[in-house]
Amino acid sequence: MVSTPENKNYKVIGTRPIRHDGYDKVTGRAQYGADIKLPGMLIGAVVRSPHAHARIKSIDTSEAERLDGVFAVMTAKDLPRLGDVVRGNSEESGSEKHLSENVMAFDKVLYKGHVVAGVAAKDQNTAFEAAKKIKVDYEILKPVIDVDQAMSKDAPILHEDYTCDHLGKEVKNSNVAAHVRHENGDLENGFDKADLVVEKEVDMQTVHQGYIEPHSGTAVWDEEDRVKVWTSTQGSFAVRDSVSKVLDLDVSRVKVTPMEIGGGFGGKIPIYLEPISAVLSRKTRRPVKTMMSRTDVFDATGPGPGGKVKVKIGIDADGKILAAYADIRLEAGAYPEAFIEAAAKCVFSCYDVPAMKIDAYDVLVNKPSSAPYRAPASPQVAFATETVVDEICKIKGYDPIDFRLLNVAEKGTRTALGPKYRTIGLKECLEAAKKSDHWKSNLNSNPKTGKKRGRGIASGYWFNIGFKSSVNLSLNPDGKVALIEGSTDIGGSRASIAMQAAEVLGIPAEDVRPSVVDTDSIGITDVTGGSRTTYATGYAAYNAAHKLIEEIIEKAALKWDISKDQIEYSDGVVKSKTDSELKMTLKEIADDPPGGPIVSSASVDLEEAGGGFAVHIADLEIDEETGKTDVVNYTAIQDVGKAIHPSYVEGQMQGGAAQGIGWALNEEYFMSDDGVMLNSSYLDYRMPIALDLPMINTIMVEVPSEEHPYGVRGVGEPPIVPPVPAIGNAINDALGLRLLSTPMKPSRITEALKRKK
Amino acid sequence: MIKIFLPYKIRETLDVPTEIEAQGSNLRNLIDNIEGMYPGVKDHLVDEGKLRPGMSAVIDGKTTRLGLIHKLDNVSEIHFLPSIAGGRK
Repeated sequence: MVSTPENKNYKVIGTRPIRHDGYDKVTGRAQYGADIKLPGMLIGAVVRSPHAHARIKSIDTSEAERLDGVFAVMTAKDLPRLGDVVRGNSEESGSEKHLSENVMAFDKVLYKGHVVAGVAAKDQNTAFEAAKKIKVDYEILKPVIDVDQAMSKDAPILHEDYTCDHLGKEVKNSNVAAHVRHENGDLENGFDKADLVVEKEVDMQTVHQGYIEPHSGTAVWDEEDRVKVWTSTQGSFAVRDSVSKVLDLDVSRVKVTPMEIGGGFGGKIPIYLEPISAVLSRKTRRPVKTMMSRTDVFDATGPGPGGKVKVKIGIDADGKILAAYADIRLEAGAYPEAFIEAAAKCVFSCYDVPAMKIDAYDVLVNKPSSAPYRAPASPQVAFATETVVDEICKIKGYDPIDFRLLNVAEKGTRTALGPKYRTIGLKECLEAAKKSDHWKSNLNSNPKTGKKRGRGIASGYWFNIGFKSSVNLSLNPDGKVALIEGSTDIGGSRASIAMQAAEVLGIPAEDVRPSVVDTDSIGITDVTGGSRTTYATGYAAYNAAHKLIEEIIEKAALKWDISKDQIEYSDGVVKSKTDSELKMTLKEIADDPPGGPIVSSASVDLEEAGGGFAVHIADLEIDEETGKTDVVNYTAIQDVGKAIHPSYVEGQMQGGAAQGIGWALNEEYFMSDDGVMLNSSYLDYRMPIALDLPMINTIMVEVPSEEHPYGVRGVGEPPIVPPVPAIGNAINDALGLRLLSTPMKPSRITEALKRKK
Repeated sequence: MIKIFLPYKIRETLDVPTEIEAQGSNLRNLIDNIEGMYPGVKDHLVDEGKLRPGMSAVIDGKTTRLGLIHKLDNVSEIHFLPSIAGGRK
């Protein structure tokens, strides 16, 4: 681990305690979304469109309704029609109309798998049987399945009624939902003065988050029109808000209990089945649980957007970047928002660029509505930028780390969107990469196997969001602390949040017991996403712990009948500053404290955590005959701010790298011309497994964030950004081939080798 | 004076320079002053007494979470930008 500028002597932070939820998870006691069983519960099933683009002419549910064991059938007629209102100013922003239409199609289906009807029955077989009996008459329309098709002249239009925003102009009948632009400096002059200009366009395929646990939604609609929901989600309050919008209910009528979550990576933020189960429950007055299969997950839940990104960079004779241009076209899927503003923010984030222009296009295609996927849109744009940077280094003979250091973004550098960076740690990451054993090691470019070896390096960025979090603490009579939070725990956040409270209180992490609770039992807490949870909910825990100490001192003052000023607290002991006889452990003060139990609560609404950067080094071995590529050595270096629980930080770095390697080498939505995903199973959608990868080395660089008392930065998203270009650059190093499309699979390598010959 | 940077589409639509200067005790007051110089800007930034959904204000590198009540003491630059999050649509 590399620490800068100082390594404080923490007692809890930086240690590696066993996670509080560990035993439940390894023994199978933990309850995930589909595990819930309620008295009288029915099973829901949905009818999905077999067509990628079609108008619904009619739906006949009569035969399904007559089937024995069927309790209710629903279509979009059972949902309120919502207006095109844009909600919120955070991660929950979006169109209410589109939110609702994505749950169940009203007039038109926009992707294969789009839900058109639902049933509730006594068991799963009956529900599936009933779903098959629902007859839908479609007028089949031609689909568009990539950005080129969608943006072409005379392309079929997905949303005839949608008003698109093209640089502020209102445009109808377009599949480009939005065109945005950012520019700084004199671009033309920069390119005119350049000694070398390199331009590349990359083509990224649609990919899926690939969480292990499929979606499910269970709901009870009671006699007072209150809806209780149990689901696997990254944000119970986001589900509450979305369900209340889709069902046109006040938020206080919806209570969401988050179950344990078997992976999300951004894809468990949207809602899918929850409102359907709720409506079916309203009709039957019984609990209804609806679940997805793996094929449903691939067909109908948010993939990360594919698309095309063109980047052009000009440098002077000394290697300094003078100007940069990006043209970003990303697939939004069926409804607007392909994270193009995030893409614009990230595309040149690693460099000090005096003049730049970015055009970004949010493109509607007949695929599932894209959802956040770990640093949404940053890997897509990094592939283009880091490929161009690598090409510049090859042409000019620059060392790729020295070139990046010469042009590095650091505190005070103006970002692509305009604001200047606060303290960031990219420079320290590049320096750590240069000093790493991996970078200094011999590649052995001609191994005895006869295969070719190559090494690639790339950097990447994610900006880390802040937003709202709440934490309650209560001191139990045994001196242990109960911590109540609303952040669903995907990657060990119970531990990282409890540890921050424990550090303040000076007690072991095991003595703070965290619980993730429902939306009626804690203050608003935004999603576990955007790399915000350890930062923001941890900050709330830090504040709540300080308030708990104030409470402890107040109770001790009452008990001893002395002034609060005469009392101090440290390491789980409250004592008089002047009388050594007056002291109590937490257990002693918690046992019948005067004036009531000792509790505290805190909430925050935070700005960004300052951004996180990663630098990855990949060594590949490639069989020229078959095109098979093996990753033989891989190192992930990252500015982690302050690693609260280093094991979980390393896990995030390794997990992000593994997912990114999958994007680079294997993963894609393989689509038929009529818009049907042909590889919607884990057998055919090839994600890397442990056998495919070597141990991923990690180097944690600690440059504390200015925004957090312990210097925490989000760590979950930056590590998925560099792998695609690092792999692409390594292939180029090994074979002299510049592959510009993902996945860089064996057939693509052998075809390129044939073309080269 | 505080340097103000507006989004490209507002600048293009209302013919506002890339960089302008304005003053204000808080964000609300500052936007009112910009409106005096460039009529129409306020409609793009404010809706129902709050920062318009989808719009954020980055004050000296930090995105305000207080919105229009954010006090502007010793501030050198503000960028109004489309809000970005890592969340859902």
